Amino acid sequence: MGKRSVIPFGPQHPVLPEPIHIDLVVEDEKVVEAIPSIGFVHRGLESLAEKKDFNQMVYVAERTCGICSFQHGMGYCESVEHIFGVEVPRRARFLRTIWAELSRMHSHLLWLGLLADGFGYENLFYQCWRIREKILDLHELTAGGRLIFSVNKVGGVTKDIEKEKLEEILRTLDEADDELRVIRSVFFEDRTVLSRLKGVGVLSKEQINELGAVGPFARASGVRVDMRMLGYAAYNELSFIPIVSNDGDCYARCFIRMMELFQSIKLIREAIGKIPEEKEIEVPVKGNPDGEYFMRVEQPRGEAFYYVKASGKPLLDRMRIRTPTFANIPALCEMLKSSEIADVGLLVLTIDPCISCTER
Amino acid sequence: MALMKYAPQALKNLFMKPATKKYPLEKPVYPDGSRGHVTISIDECISCGMCARACPNGALKVDRNAGTWTIDRFDCIACGYCVLKCPKKCLFMEKGYQTPGPEKKEETFTKSPEVLAAEEEKRKEAARKAAEAKAAMAAKAAGESKPAEEKKD
Repeated sequence: MGKRSVIPFGPQHPVLPEPIHIDLVVEDEKVVEAIPSIGFVHRGLESLAEKKDFNQMVYVAERTCGICSFQHGMGYCESVEHIFGVEVPRRARFLRTIWAELSRMHSHLLWLGLLADGFGYENLFYQCWRIREKILDLHELTAGGRLIFSVNKVGGVTKDIEKEKLEEILRTLDEADDELRVIRSVFFEDRTVLSRLKGVGVLSKEQINELGAVGPFARASGVRVDMRMLGYAAYNELSFIPIVSNDGDCYARCFIRMMELFQSIKLIREAIGKIPEEKEIEVPVKGNPDGEYFMRVEQPRGEAFYYVKASGKPLLDRMRIRTPTFANIPALCEMLKSSEIADVGLLVLTIDPCISCTER
Repeated sequence: MALMKYAPQALKNLFMKPATKKYPLEKPVYPDGSRGHVTISIDECISCGMCARACPNGALKVDRNAGTWTIDRFDCIACGYCVLKCPKKCLFMEKGYQTPGPEKKEETFTKSPEVLAAEEEKRKEAARKAAEAKAAMAAKAAGESKPAEEKKD
């Protein structure tokens, strides 16, 4: 048995642009224990609910995360809509689904690029981000912003996607589909990629269930958990089956996210095919919310909770967000145990960490 | 060899124009509806202050007496909520991002003198009418109380 020592990982680390600190207790080259600490970029978004009215909070909730901003806004709006008891027009629900899937695509492409960069394959990183750029252009074309959409409002959406723009989305997705197939074969077949990903950081289904991990991270270990099965927005009208793998290693996590990209393309095509022709995209909401609601949405990184409590005043009593990365940190620390110190950066990347979301 | 799958892309890249643009010389093209910055057609503004109250970041200031509309571009998050809230629809979201600057300063839009004069005239007219109405009310009240007094007698 070698001598134990503690190596600090983060809050500044080349793999992560965001601050998380993990104390790694190592024995020779093996990690025996990982102790996380967060709280470096706490922003106090939840307490802003006491200062901004519930309509302004849409824009605050949206800025919880720069990458999955649309789903944050949608989750908040849906919970307030449930308190009001209003039914959002069908077209608005389809539009929300299209935007949510587009933002999932951009997030997964970003992650695949970062993963490639994490194991030192810079060329693949650029190829992923080349496709991501097209998706970002679609965001700007349809919503007006490249990352922050600002199209959600309580009662519907503020912008419609016209027919020409829907066709433009389909055209771009066809191009992206072809290019993704090339990238997929590199991720799934290339020897250098496989040697870094196969059999690294294995977590069993029991461990995931015990530690409460969510999202693609849990699905890679065979846990069938996907909030899109709840059928919020227009998911109940689309043919959606979650993608699950049983390997539980880094390769499986990469596989899940890569296949979800193709699934997103399929879902968007289906949604555009089924989108109703009606003009209505929002319903007027009068008065102030009174009551509480608990909403769960599936973000690119996993399941996010929204708890909203209101008592008939314009200011909310409480808003609580639990982001997926927060749920994934215990499982990450379990995964780090018995891993090699050289793999730590890669393993932290595979949960797709979004630390600033976690800190809210 | 999965790596060879990139050969067509690599060949394409050899004969492609650069993906980047010579930015200050070549202007970027934004799609219609891109949320760049907020502008106002100030002469249509009625200085109601709805935008300033709606702004989640408190970046707007409206002064009714001076006829000005002030925006702090550094505080503005370009969410477009003020544009939705404006009752006269005189606020617009235009494409093109705001220019960077070395210091933090506000941008003020002032109504043209003709519009300001017309508003002043309107305000005086309204005040005059209000005074007249008040006088009429007083006279009416006096008239009503008189017969009552007479009855008493």
